[in-house]
Amino acid sequence: MSAPHTGQFCVLLLRRQLLLAMRRPIDIANPLLFFTMVIVLFPLGLGPAPDKLASFAPGVLWITALLSNLLTSDAVFRSDFDDGSLEQLILAPQPLFLSALAYISAHWLTTGLLLALLSPVFALMLNLPGSALITLVVSLLLGTAVLSLLGGIGAALTVGLKRGGMLISLLILPLYMPVLIFGSAAVQAAVTGAPSGPYLAILGAMLSLAIALAPLAIAAGLRISIDA
Amino acid sequence: MSLSAAGTPLLTAQSLGLVRGGRELFCELSVEVHGGQLWHIEGPNGAGKTSLLRILCGLSRYGFEGEVLRSVTPLYLGHQPAVKALLSPRENLQWHVSGEGLYRDERIDIALGRVGLCGYEDVPSHTLSAGQHRRVNLARLFLSSARLWLLDEPFTAIDQQGVNETQSLLASHVDGGGAVVMTSHQSLQVKCKVHTLSLRHGVIA
Repeated sequence: MSAPHTGQFCVLLLRRQLLLAMRRPIDIANPLLFFTMVIVLFPLGLGPAPDKLASFAPGVLWITALLSNLLTSDAVFRSDFDDGSLEQLILAPQPLFLSALAYISAHWLTTGLLLALLSPVFALMLNLPGSALITLVVSLLLGTAVLSLLGGIGAALTVGLKRGGMLISLLILPLYMPVLIFGSAAVQAAVTGAPSGPYLAILGAMLSLAIALAPLAIAAGLRISIDA
Repeated sequence: MSLSAAGTPLLTAQSLGLVRGGRELFCELSVEVHGGQLWHIEGPNGAGKTSLLRILCGLSRYGFEGEVLRSVTPLYLGHQPAVKALLSPRENLQWHVSGEGLYRDERIDIALGRVGLCGYEDVPSHTLSAGQHRRVNLARLFLSSARLWLLDEPFTAIDQQGVNETQSLLASHVDGGGAVVMTSHQSLQVKCKVHTLSLRHGVIA
């Protein structure tokens, strides 16, 4: 029996992670519920004047998306660490950084992708102009993928710690900031009628860089966490 | 050290040394594991058995002295069973993260039958007991084609009959040219020769 090819193995891991997520729907619903709650609370706190809400909307939507991503990134490798699967993954003959990429892809598909697809609904609640909706979705699609990859680095480094939640925030929040700045700027530009393409291009560049480098960092982080 | 086994060793450890918390657990420990050998690592709690096994399988890469050479990919079963509670035993083996092989359903059924989990193939693993979780993990021994097995306390939470069956499996693996390095607090009742590595006294062989 020969070992599966790297590609086969990545697909297998991706399907496994998606099935596991499907079996615990509350984990998929949690970040979306968080997103909903915060968006609902903003008009109550800031006052329901439509103009005011519209001017805050790009920032509010992006900050909330970022925080809900932060909420879930801690759990990417947690259960696999607890039950010993992570040791087996590290010993697998296939390259670990590609396995890590499969894990992160599954995480993004169950968090960032859903959030980006649902975001127009919440954007309308905050009176974001309809012309900015497409930019919002695209910027969230690109941005949450970067956030998932960066969050994976923090998760890999803190998975060995009993309460890594706070530490992971401190570790990766600085890395999240450029994504937030360019993400909300893209939506802001679309609202004011300026071209949002350059901002989206920069988010795309960040994503390319993160896809290339983050899996290596995650793999190294996992090896360190298991070794300690 | 056995001279009967010829060829390149499956696993070579050269002058391993480990210090944990200011205590020297072992030093200048050298061992060569050849096909057809069963090594039993023994010692009291805290003697460094698990640490040694993690060094041998490659999970620990820093913080020790010496060198480990592996000529084959080993199968390592650790303390944790690596069984997902949300997946059924069949799914656990089919989609195992060890990346060892893609197994057909019939082979998985046979392996699960051999570890006494016939009829439990498709129930969620969280309904199984701790011992049954370990049995799902042991089923990997029936599926694996790895020549070198590194087993950390494989008999934990396994009943007496299961222990006997696992021991005969280990013996047949060794007879077939494979090698086993294992830790256990139980004495081994196997037909083949057992090489003992005691972490109190160094190699007795």
